[in-house]
Amino acid sequence: MAVLTIQNLHVSVEGKEILKGVDLEVKGGEIHAIMGPNGTGKSTLSSAIMGHPKYEVTAGTITLDGQNVLEMEVDERARAGLFLAMQYPSEISGVTNADFLRSAINARLGEGNEISLMKFIRKLDEKMSFLEMNPDMAHRYLNEGFSGGEKKRNEILQLMMLEPKIAILDEIDSGLDIDALKIVAKGINEMRSSEFGCLIITHYQRLLNYITPDYVHVMMQGRIVKSGGPELAQRLEAEGYDWIKKELGIEDETVGQEA
Amino acid sequence: MATETKIPFDETYIRTFSSERGEPDWLTERRLEALGKAEQLPLPKPDKTKIDKWNFTDFGRHVVDSAPYANLDDLPEAVKALIEAGEGTTNLYVQRNHTPAYVSLSDELKEKGVIFTDIFTAAREHGDLLKKYFMTDAVKPDEHRLAALHAALLNGGVFVYVPKNVEIETPLQAVYIQDEDDIGLFNHVIVVAEDNSRVVFVENYLSASDEGKAVVNIVAEVFANANARVFFAAVDHLAKGVTTYVNRRGVAGRDGRIEWALGLMNDGNTVSENITRLIGDGSFGDTKTVVVSRGEQVQNFTTSVVHYGKHTEGYILKHGVVRDSATSIFNGIGKIEHGASKSNAEQESRVLMLSEKARGDANPILLIDEDDVMAGHAASVGRVDPIQLYYLMSRGIPRNEAERLIIHGFLAPVVEAIPLEGVKKQLIEVIERKVQS
Repeated sequence: MAVLTIQNLHVSVEGKEILKGVDLEVKGGEIHAIMGPNGTGKSTLSSAIMGHPKYEVTAGTITLDGQNVLEMEVDERARAGLFLAMQYPSEISGVTNADFLRSAINARLGEGNEISLMKFIRKLDEKMSFLEMNPDMAHRYLNEGFSGGEKKRNEILQLMMLEPKIAILDEIDSGLDIDALKIVAKGINEMRSSEFGCLIITHYQRLLNYITPDYVHVMMQGRIVKSGGPELAQRLEAEGYDWIKKELGIEDETVGQEA
Repeated sequence: MATETKIPFDETYIRTFSSERGEPDWLTERRLEALGKAEQLPLPKPDKTKIDKWNFTDFGRHVVDSAPYANLDDLPEAVKALIEAGEGTTNLYVQRNHTPAYVSLSDELKEKGVIFTDIFTAAREHGDLLKKYFMTDAVKPDEHRLAALHAALLNGGVFVYVPKNVEIETPLQAVYIQDEDDIGLFNHVIVVAEDNSRVVFVENYLSASDEGKAVVNIVAEVFANANARVFFAAVDHLAKGVTTYVNRRGVAGRDGRIEWALGLMNDGNTVSENITRLIGDGSFGDTKTVVVSRGEQVQNFTTSVVHYGKHTEGYILKHGVVRDSATSIFNGIGKIEHGASKSNAEQESRVLMLSEKARGDANPILLIDEDDVMAGHAASVGRVDPIQLYYLMSRGIPRNEAERLIIHGFLAPVVEAIPLEGVKKQLIEVIERKVQS
């Protein structure tokens, strides 16, 4: 069973410290949700785990099954079993979705173990139809000209094709209408197993109506300030964040402010 | 004058050369007239590249007799690869150095009056047609020294003529192979599409070896007459020691369409000019060019669409990759003449630099002499986008492979447009070699 362990993580962007000591453990079989208003460091956490070039880890550790993630290149992190569904996926002209996915799968399998074309096509067809995607999308250029909803669905398609140990979903629900949201949730629920851990980053409780998390964490000022079960998300939906701020004596929850 | 280059051929040589090939008098005269001008005329002046020290005249042999290929099995492997996967084998011209080495045209097209033959046969058998189009309109011998030299020393090429109302479904394919190291090749290509006709023409230039210092001077003239459509695809892949001047020009009549897909993959110093003149109202020109420069080569690519007719549309797309210490200049010119109202000139030039020492320059130019028009341009010179790399790598793709994908994607606009599978595959392989090695 996979374990992603984050300890005392400090992260800066262009010299400014955004994360100020995050501790979190995500295990296979668990779904965690990180909630919080905008500007509290949620997306920074996901980018730092994946190794985005702009984010600098200044202190703390990230390990996956005991291996030091921070010493790995981005592609090594992915091959070790991490996946990040991005808030703003890149558009890559001239590279078809299908070619890209096959390269990504083969990079994991390694030379000599490449997936057969038939097997790949069968799997792709199956996952695309599960996500109610138009078959044409396989042959379109990667994310180019995709609508916001199509891009998010395409991220979930990649998740299902690549079958990582631990997935981080960065605001996968933003900009989605309710039908698209249900399909995205269906994809994530399909992945649920003791071999798959998931960290969902969102500022809406809405998605959690369709995916029940095991743990809910609230992030403010670059730290996790409160953790609980699914009932915490429901209370946030009903009452907002003010009660937490009051409880913890926080005036401004965004990064750069101190309690 | 001291700066002038001595042309290594005289009138007697040209007369003999022309008469040995049974050329009509007008062609001999046109050659001699051009020869007379060649020494005085200046070299062309491609913007931002100095070519006055380049070798356009010093080569070992103006003509070599190479053995023709008796049948398709005889063709070199490199040529076979270009044709085996495609359907062009029934309409194929292969030229070995200066020798028309294999020609075939389907009976069906012959019956329709289509001409597809080497330039010398065209001069002998279709002299009047050739006379009308050979360097009279699209390119003229007195433009500059290289055009004059071309007319004087013409020693290879192909003539394509598609009569009125004839639509050709399968592409016509030409392959020119340079397998002698010291030749001068003055190759002339003419594609004429008469009213309401349609043709796809695909050509490849390739070198059999990396040795030697050949000189290649290419002129292609394309005519899409009223309501005709010409699709012209080319992959140039001449070796490092070859100095190339290549000038591809198109002239579109009323509602005529000319589309270009050019994969310019030469490894030697190259000046490439591609101009499409939209003469007729409602005519259309689309130019897609991709380039990979490597080593120490210096290249200059000028692409221009000139609008004369009303309601004309011109599109220029150029994507270039520059690596090692290569230099590539990309000039894009959209020109709208006075009176060409309701026309649209768009261009996009993008250059990807893969090394610190590479030099690349994209110069978009719009010259507009009419008020009621649309025009736009986009240009960029940069490196592989780190965020795109991050995205691909975050799916487990190693950095090298991710870069490779991005570069191939960047060059896809022309690769995808190539209508013959064999040629498309060859272009992909050439790109692969040029980008990775």
